[in-house]
Amino acid sequence: MTDTPVIQLSDLSIGFTGRAGHTLPVLRNIDLTVRPGESIGLVGESGSGKSTVALAAMGYLKRGLRVLGGTARFEGHDMFALKRRELETLRGGQLALIPQNSGQSLTPTLRIGAQLTEALRLHSRLDPAQFPDRVLELLGQVRLPDPQTITRRYPHELSGGQQQRVAIAMALAGEPRALLLDEPTTGLDVTTQAHILELLRDLARETGMAMVYVSHDLGAIARVCDRVVVMYAGEVVMEGSARQVLTAPTHPYARGLLASIPKLSDPHLPMALGGRPPAPGGAGDGCAFVDRCALASDLCRATRPMLAPGPGGAPVRCHHADRADTLPMSSQGDHAARAEAGTAPVLSLQDLEIRYSRPGLLDRLRGREDTRPATVDDITISIAKGETLGLVGESGSGKSTILKTIAGLLPPAGGEIRFDGDAPLPRSVEQRGPDHLRRIQLIFQNPDDSLNPRHTIAEILEQPLKLYFGLSGTALQDRCVEILERVRLGGHYLDRLPSQLSGGEKQRVAVARAFAANPDLVLCDEVTSALDVSVQAAVLELLNDLKAAQGTTYVFVSHDLAVVRALSDRVAVLYQGRLCEIGPSAEVYALPSHPYTEVLLGAVLEPDPDTAPKLTADDVIELSPPAKGCPFQRRCPRKIGARCDTDTPPWQTRDDGHAIRCHIPLDDLHRQQQADS
Amino acid sequence: MSLASIPQNSHLGRTLSVLRDVTSRPSGAVGLSLVLFHLILAVISPYIAPFDYRTMNAAMMLTGPDGVHWLGTDHLGRDVFSRTIQGGREAILVTGIATPIAVAWGGLVGIFFGLIGGRVDEVMMRFVDAFLSLPWILKMLVLIVTFGTGIEVLIPTLAFFYGIPVIRIARAATHDVVARDFVAAARARGQSRMTIMRKELLPNVLDALMVEGAMRWSWMLLAFSSLSFLGFGVSPPTPDWGLMIADARGFMSFAPWGVLGPVIALSTLIIGINLTADALAKALGIDRAQKAPV
Ligand SMILES: Nc1ncnc2c1ncn2[C@@H]1O[C@H](COP(=O)(O)OP(=O)(O)O)[C@@H](O)[C@H]1O
Ligand code: SF4
Ligand code: SF4
Ligand SMILES: [Mg+2]
Repeated sequence: MTDTPVIQLSDLSIGFTGRAGHTLPVLRNIDLTVRPGESIGLVGESGSGKSTVALAAMGYLKRGLRVLGGTARFEGHDMFALKRRELETLRGGQLALIPQNSGQSLTPTLRIGAQLTEALRLHSRLDPAQFPDRVLELLGQVRLPDPQTITRRYPHELSGGQQQRVAIAMALAGEPRALLLDEPTTGLDVTTQAHILELLRDLARETGMAMVYVSHDLGAIARVCDRVVVMYAGEVVMEGSARQVLTAPTHPYARGLLASIPKLSDPHLPMALGGRPPAPGGAGDGCAFVDRCALASDLCRATRPMLAPGPGGAPVRCHHADRADTLPMSSQGDHAARAEAGTAPVLSLQDLEIRYSRPGLLDRLRGREDTRPATVDDITISIAKGETLGLVGESGSGKSTILKTIAGLLPPAGGEIRFDGDAPLPRSVEQRGPDHLRRIQLIFQNPDDSLNPRHTIAEILEQPLKLYFGLSGTALQDRCVEILERVRLGGHYLDRLPSQLSGGEKQRVAVARAFAANPDLVLCDEVTSALDVSVQAAVLELLNDLKAAQGTTYVFVSHDLAVVRALSDRVAVLYQGRLCEIGPSAEVYALPSHPYTEVLLGAVLEPDPDTAPKLTADDVIELSPPAKGCPFQRRCPRKIGARCDTDTPPWQTRDDGHAIRCHIPLDDLHRQQQADS
Repeated sequence: MSLASIPQNSHLGRTLSVLRDVTSRPSGAVGLSLVLFHLILAVISPYIAPFDYRTMNAAMMLTGPDGVHWLGTDHLGRDVFSRTIQGGREAILVTGIATPIAVAWGGLVGIFFGLIGGRVDEVMMRFVDAFLSLPWILKMLVLIVTFGTGIEVLIPTLAFFYGIPVIRIARAATHDVVARDFVAAARARGQSRMTIMRKELLPNVLDALMVEGAMRWSWMLLAFSSLSFLGFGVSPPTPDWGLMIADARGFMSFAPWGVLGPVIALSTLIIGINLTADALAKALGIDRAQKAPV
C-alpha cells in the first residue's frame, strides 16, 4: 500500500452566480485527502455541501455550479482538466459512486444479471466469456444468498436492502479504487441499514479500496469510517479520527450536532441546535457558525478562523476550540412531559382489523370471505389523556395504516375505535361530526407532501380556523399569527409559499396547522424522519412544549427507536400489522423484550465507535403476514418450534402493564437475553 | 397583521417570480421574445406591409429579392415580404382560439377520470390510447372532407383532436395530486369535496395543463399549416404560410425565396413556443430531476 492519496481536493472552492450577479460560494477552500484503504465520513446538515464534495471528487458539478479555485485530483489526474472521454472511463470504473436511493434506480425492466453484465461490459477489462462467473462472484461479494436465482430476478422482486446490495455490486464491477457513497442507507429500515453497513465495512477491508461516506447519520459514520470530516456551510470545520470527532469534538458545531441526536441509552429529549446555517454567500467575514454558537466572541464576528490543529491535535476551524469542551455534548434536554396518571382513556382501539384489498366482485356475489390475512389485525390499545404512545416497527409494519384508520381515512374491516368514552367513532371521515374531526388531527411524515405547494402559509393555517371556528377578517389573521408564534415562526411567514421555507420550518407549519384545530389527540406519522437531526431535535422539543401547555395526547409513529424513546410514555411494537409488545417505555427498552424488539434494538446504531450492532435476524422483508401462529415466526432467532408456526402466542402481562406476546415464558426469555448480552 | 402589508410573496408574487424565472433562462428569454414578436406582428402587419398582399404583377413574376421587394415576388408577382408578415394571422387566430378550448375540455375530462379512477377510468384511457394511435392527419381529413373547411369547422376540429391528448396529461396530473398527503390532510380535516377539488387539486393540475397547452399550441400550428399546405385550410388569396409554401414549392429550384420567408416565419414561431414551454416547465418544477452520472 503506497501513501499517495487516491483522492485529493486542494483548496477547492465551488460556487454559482446569484440573481444579482454576485458569485456565491457553495464550497470554500476544501482540503481533503483520502489514502488507499481509508474510509472517510463526511457529515453535516443538509445544504452543508457534503454531496457537492463527493461529486467534485468525480469531476462532476451540478448544473449552474463552477470551480472558483483549487483542484480535485483522483490518483493524480486533475478531474476538472480531464477530457470528457477520459472522465467517463474513470467514473464508474476506478471511481464509483453510489448515490442516494441507488437501489431504487436500478432499471426496472432488466433482470439483475443483465444489469450487472452491462456494468461489467462498460467498466471491466475482463474477457466477456468470464462475465457470467464474475456476476455470480459480485453477488456473492455483497452477501446475497443464492446468486444464481438473483440474476434472474427483476429489481421489484427484491427487497429494499437487496436492491441496495445489487447497486453496490454494480459499483464494484469496475473494481474501483475509490467508492463514493451518498447517504447509501437513508430510507432503509434499521435492521437493513445495519446489515448494509456491516457489508461496506467488510468490503473496504477485503478490497482495500478507499471510501468516502456521505451521511447526516453519525451512527452510520461511526460504524464504517476511520476518519470523519465535519462540514458546515461549505467549509470543513473539523477533521479527525472517528473516535476523536465522536467522543471529544473540539468544534462547537460538532458538539451541537452530537447533542441533537436522540440516543437509545438516554431517555432525555435531545438538545436542539437553534437557528439555521447561512445561505451561500451569507457567511460574512467572520466564522460561518457565529450566529448559532454559544462561544461566539467579537473575534469570531470579525475574522474567519483557519483550519488549524486544535487541542487534541485534530484540525479544527474555531478561534476558541480550547473552550469547546465546556459545551455539552450529550443531550441534556428535558425529560418528555408526562401524563397525569390514572386518567380515563381518550382513545381505545378494540380488535382493530384493517385490509387494503377488498374481496373481488365475484367472490362477494358468491358470499365468499377474504381468506388472506389482514394487513393489520388484532390491535387493542388504549391511550390515556395526555399520554404519548410510541408506535414502532419496520416499514410496512402497518404504522401509517393504523393512524389513517384512526383518522377515518381508511375504514377498518373490523373492530372499533372509541374516542373519549363516547360511542364508537364512525368508521370514515365523511360520517364523522365536525367536533370529532377537529379533536383528532394528523401530522404527516413529509411536509413537502402534506403542505399544498400552491397555498401560502396563511391559507394553510386559515383552512382549519375557518372550518372549525368560522373565523374571518382580522380575528382570523390575528389567530394565524398567534399560532405561528406558538411554533416559533413569526407573522412574516404568512405570505410565503412552502417552497420558500426550510424543511424544519415547513414541518413547524404542518404542526401549527394541526394545533390550529385545538385538538385533543394528535397522530404523528414519522414527523421527523424527513428532517436533519438538529432540526428533528427542535421539532421534538416543539411537540413536547405543545403537549406540556395543552395536555394533548399523541400517538407518535416512528421507525427510529431512539426518537420514540425520547418522547413516549408508553411504546407499542408492531410487526407485520400485529402487536408484539406494549408497555411503559422504560420497560420496553429494558429486558425482557419480545424477540422482535430485541432484534430492532440490537440494530440501532449509536454515534459511538465502540458499540457494534447485534445482528441476529436476517434483513428480509416479508410481503405478507403468516396465516397463523406468531407473526414473527419466519425471522425469529429464538423460535422454539412448531408451536410458533401454528398457535397464536399469548399475551404475558406483568404488573406494570408491560406485555409481551410470545410462547417463551417471560422468565425464560429474560434469562436467555441476559445470557446473550 | 394589518391590511397595509400587501402580500409580497403570495400568488401575484408567485406568478411574477415564475415569469422572472422563465425570462432569466436563455431558452425562456429567446422563446418568449420570438412568440411576442409574432403576436405583435400578427396585429400590426396589415398596417406596416409595404404592398397589398393581393396585388398581382404579371411583369414581376418570381423576381429575386431587391430593394423594393425585400423577399422577392411569387409566381403571381405578389410581394413575398408583405405576404409573409401577414401569413401567420389566420393560423395564430384559429389556433389561438382552439388551443384554450382543447386544454379546457381535455383538462376537465381528464380531471374527471383521474378523480373517479378505477375500472371506468382504465377503460376510458384505452379508448384514448386507441384514438391517439391513429395518424392525426387522417382523422382530421375525414372530418374536414365531411364538414368542409373554414374557420367555423377548423376551430372545433382542431380543438376536439388536440383536446384528447390533454385528457391523458390532466388525468395523470390528477392521479399524482390525489395521492399526495395534502389531499389526505384536507379529507381528514373534513373539508368538502368541492373545496378539495377547487383549492387543493385544481391549482396543482393547472401548472401541468399550462405547459401542456403551450406544447399543444405549437403542434396545432404545425397541423394547421399542414392542412393549408394540403389545400384544406385557408383559401387563397388570403396569405398563409402553409399555403405559401405549397404554392412556391414548385419553383424552389430557381426561386427559393418564395419558400424561405414562410418557412422561417413558421419555424421561428414554433421554436419560440417550444422554448417558452420548456422554460415554463422548468420554472414550475415540472421538469424531471437531473440524475447524477454514475
Ligand atoms: N394503498 C395501499 N394499498 C395496498 N396495500 C398497502 C397500501 N398502503 C400500504 N399497504 C400495505 O400495508 C402494509 C402496511 O403499510 P404501512 O401502514 O404504510 O406501514 P408503515 O407505516 O409501518 O411503514 C404494507 O404491507 C403495505 O405494503
Ligand atoms: S470561531 Fe467562534 S463562532 Fe466560530 S465556532 Fe469557534 S467559537 Fe463559535
Ligand atoms: S412466539 Fe415463537 S416465533 Fe414468535 S417471537 Fe416468540 S419465540 Fe419467536
Ligand atoms: Mg409509514
